[in-house]
Amino acid sequence: MKHLGFVAGCLMATQAAAQTPVLNVYTYDSFVPEWGPGPAIEKAFEMECGCDVVFTAAGDGAALLSRLRLEGARSEADVVVGLDTSLMAQAKATGLFAETDVSAKYDLPVDWIDTTFVPYDWGYFAFVGNVGAKHPTSFKALAESDTTIVIEDPRSSTPGLGLLLWVKEVYGEEASEIWKGLANNIVTVTPGWSEAYGMFLDGEADMVLSYTTSPAYHIIAEDDSSKEAVAFDEGNYMQVEVAAKMANTDQPELADRFLAFLVSDAAQAVLPTTNWMYPAVMPVGGLAEGFKQIVEPEKALLMTPDQAEAVRSEALEEWRSALSQ
Amino acid sequence: MLELKRLEIRQQSFRLSADFAVSAGRRVAVIGPSGAGKSTLLSVIAGFFAQTSGEVLWDGQLLDGVGPGKRPIAMLFQDGNLFPHLDIARNVGLGISPALRLSAQDRARVEDALARVGLGGMGARLPSALSGGQQSRAALARILVQNRPLLLLDEPFAALGPALRVEMLDLVSALVRETGATLLMVSHDPEDARRIAEEIILVDDGVAHPPEDAAAMLANPPEALRRYLG
Amino acid sequence: MAQRPVAIGRRSGYVAAALILALLGVPLLAIFLRAGGGVLPGPSDWAALRFTLTQASLSAVFSVVLALPVARALARRRFPGRRLMVALTGAPFILPVVVAVMGLLAIFGARGLLNGVAAHFGLGPWRIYGLHGVVLAHVFFNMPLAVRMILQGWQAIPSERFRLAAQLDLPPRQVFRLLEWPMLRQVLPGAMAAIFAICLASFAVALILGGGPRATTVELAIYQAFLFDFDLGRAAVLALMQTSLVAVAAILALLVTRMDGSGTGLDRALPRWDSPGGWRRLADGAGLALAGVFLIGPLLAVAVAGLSGLGDLPSGLWPAIGNSVVVSLLSALSTVVVALALSAAMSRVVQGIGLLPLALSPLVLGTGYFLILNPVIAPGRLALPVTVLVNTLMALPFSLRVLAPAYLRVEADFGRLADTLALRGLSRLRWLLLPRLRAPLGFAAGLAGALSMGDLGVITLFGSEDRQTLPLLMYRLMGAYRSEAAASCGLILMGLSFGIFWLFDRGGGKSHA
Repeated sequence: MKHLGFVAGCLMATQAAAQTPVLNVYTYDSFVPEWGPGPAIEKAFEMECGCDVVFTAAGDGAALLSRLRLEGARSEADVVVGLDTSLMAQAKATGLFAETDVSAKYDLPVDWIDTTFVPYDWGYFAFVGNVGAKHPTSFKALAESDTTIVIEDPRSSTPGLGLLLWVKEVYGEEASEIWKGLANNIVTVTPGWSEAYGMFLDGEADMVLSYTTSPAYHIIAEDDSSKEAVAFDEGNYMQVEVAAKMANTDQPELADRFLAFLVSDAAQAVLPTTNWMYPAVMPVGGLAEGFKQIVEPEKALLMTPDQAEAVRSEALEEWRSALSQ
Repeated sequence: MLELKRLEIRQQSFRLSADFAVSAGRRVAVIGPSGAGKSTLLSVIAGFFAQTSGEVLWDGQLLDGVGPGKRPIAMLFQDGNLFPHLDIARNVGLGISPALRLSAQDRARVEDALARVGLGGMGARLPSALSGGQQSRAALARILVQNRPLLLLDEPFAALGPALRVEMLDLVSALVRETGATLLMVSHDPEDARRIAEEIILVDDGVAHPPEDAAAMLANPPEALRRYLG
Repeated sequence: MAQRPVAIGRRSGYVAAALILALLGVPLLAIFLRAGGGVLPGPSDWAALRFTLTQASLSAVFSVVLALPVARALARRRFPGRRLMVALTGAPFILPVVVAVMGLLAIFGARGLLNGVAAHFGLGPWRIYGLHGVVLAHVFFNMPLAVRMILQGWQAIPSERFRLAAQLDLPPRQVFRLLEWPMLRQVLPGAMAAIFAICLASFAVALILGGGPRATTVELAIYQAFLFDFDLGRAAVLALMQTSLVAVAAILALLVTRMDGSGTGLDRALPRWDSPGGWRRLADGAGLALAGVFLIGPLLAVAVAGLSGLGDLPSGLWPAIGNSVVVSLLSALSTVVVALALSAAMSRVVQGIGLLPLALSPLVLGTGYFLILNPVIAPGRLALPVTVLVNTLMALPFSLRVLAPAYLRVEADFGRLADTLALRGLSRLRWLLLPRLRAPLGFAAGLAGALSMGDLGVITLFGSEDRQTLPLLMYRLMGAYRSEAAASCGLILMGLSFGIFWLFDRGGGKSHA
């Protein structure tokens, strides 16, 4: 009865037998459910490490970073899984994370040079709609069309922030104009991806800001090929999800082994059909068939973490004032 | 003996003073026009309302600062003398133990008291299942087990018909004779006073006068009483 | 009034009030300390404040204005199903917000029932998103509460007066002017202030239905300051701002409110002799029917949407239900204990303190507790107690509003008798207060349990592997493309919330005699 632990665990120390080392992995919420990548990765890694992997889930990537900052040096976390490129600069500035030697031959559209954060999966942000509808293929075309969209709030969700940086990266000084043009297409702005995608599925809007990999879920899990993502002429902004070792970990070696495991074939083969993102390292078995049916953007966009951090508040203010009118 | 020493009660424009003693075992009626302060006087004695100055003593002991339940006093109000959610036996039992921890002997006492007021065997009933007269009897049964030396009645029988009221007064009279308790009873009917009181405290015009012999007072009422009796 | 020289149980009330103040104040202090001081709000924060005030005012006004005809019809009409209708008015309030929004969208959304019907007549499509959507959702949540408060006012008018009015054959206009208007003048401002205060701290509704950054509430600004900017100083200042606002509204509500909207006796049909016929009868019927559809529609939509995914629920469902039920029961218990203690003070100031938690965002509280606990113990280990604590605080204002007036009545009716019998402490509790307060206690516990059941709360901040509650599971399902299963989760959540409320309210039952 593992779940009695909910009650009992609060009162008792949850340390397992002393001889088994415990690896505390902090991650975002959607990593740990039975349908997420967490359980399979935990099981596989425990087989080879002789350790006990304990996941702690905290909201989304931003909430995860906030929690680590709140806990500070006292955090029990050994490894964190689930920050992304737009949070990296902030994360690094906290000094909470340690450098690592772990690296791999990444299949990313960009070169990876960072030595603190280990990329484990990635995807393109894209607008997703129903097959058969006529979808605009650029921000300008979208702004001129009647297509309705639902987007996420950049102040409370990573896709929302991704979209903000996407527009900024492509249009720079003109970003504000683009947002003004999009204002009447936007049905609503939701706090997170879940609400936005749910509303799209319920028919509240023609398109939703999600990932190019979203249709792969419907194809593979539901045998439904009615959804498609759109590659934009300007290119699609990327999200690279990263993991890191905590500077204060009491299990530095185990943490490094976990990071190495995360980019190994065993974990990488699991990620695409549980996290619904592209693997950072192409697994030997390749990708599931469904991934081959989805659109692949021709141009990958990504700001460096420092760039992203530098333009964030300005872009946010442009977004806010353009949509507030 | 109940002593009220230079008692002053003030509340906004209302004021009442009292300075007298009531001998132990006496049955005293408190009479006066409405609004004169009869109930207030009883409230002060019972400890519900603090006087402005002066002292209340029982047998030479100062009662100031003693909680109502700790005073040697049992009291019946105009209404609400029984808890409607507790059966009669428990209502009476509260007079013995506030926590209702009753020994077999206590329970027998409760049953005796109920029998004494004519409610034998009705202990399991809720107050709502009793008539008005029976409810008054149940309250009196509790007074009986409380066995306090001073009994204050604030017109508890006002809502009863004349015949029932007389019956209750006789019962009260018999009870205090039996226990030797001192009785202070608010009334606006001189007949009530005539029936059971030995003395009368007249409350009028801001003063509670010292008790005087009831028969003499009613036979030859002083000016204030005459005004009230009309 | 006469002051009582003995103050039985009052001390516990003062202790509880001090505890509440500490539980609310210390976390804020912890955040300020950690932030190294406050940060003044910027222009976007002031915009958020303006929007918050606007939506809360509009929500309060519309809720009360629309509640008037419904309460009036319920007060003067006798019809089969009236009891059910009154019971229904309690439903939206205890419905988990995310579930309710799902239901509202199914009716008012782009593909909702309303637009479907409108399209048949060549009308629409109407968009729910924007200020009007926020207000609509708030009216859905709070109009029933207003109905209950106003209905209570109507039923508090002694029926002898209506008898007299009937005897004098007063026309409806006169009945209104002489009997009903004086009551409404007392009840309406209180109802408005209460709903205003509740809507001030609204988060999810404004966020999902607001339609964009125009609809940023203070609560969202706090969320953003915490999670995206990690600007604790600004978050704490915003939280203080929100607290002051709600405190003012709550005090206002307390000062002018007589009616608490609690369940006792509202379904009792008092005799009325003046129910006017003709068009007024039709209007009453139409008002009741519309309100009924407005309230039942979204509930039915949630039920229908949830049915198809029931077979597809993950194995984590049962433990999540177990966790949620445990949290809910514990929260209900601790809420009524604290509310009872606060009521015992029989003081308006203490009661006002009990209303303050309405103003503090769970996120701020949770973060504060997190900061306090962190140096001592890994906060994740205390996920359950902290969740119960925060839920208790959040439900307290509502439970207290039910319990405190009832407590006062019991003390007014039986306090002196209990005093002469020296009923103190536990004896007074056992033999007087608990039996007399059964009905309001049950209602208050049901309210707290249901509110706590639907709350995602601080579990996300403190959560760790095994501490999954039902709202969290629902959220996780939504986050994994599994919207059908999430809808089923919503249905179960709705059922559990209603169930727990019903159980407690039933357990309280009708008070004796």
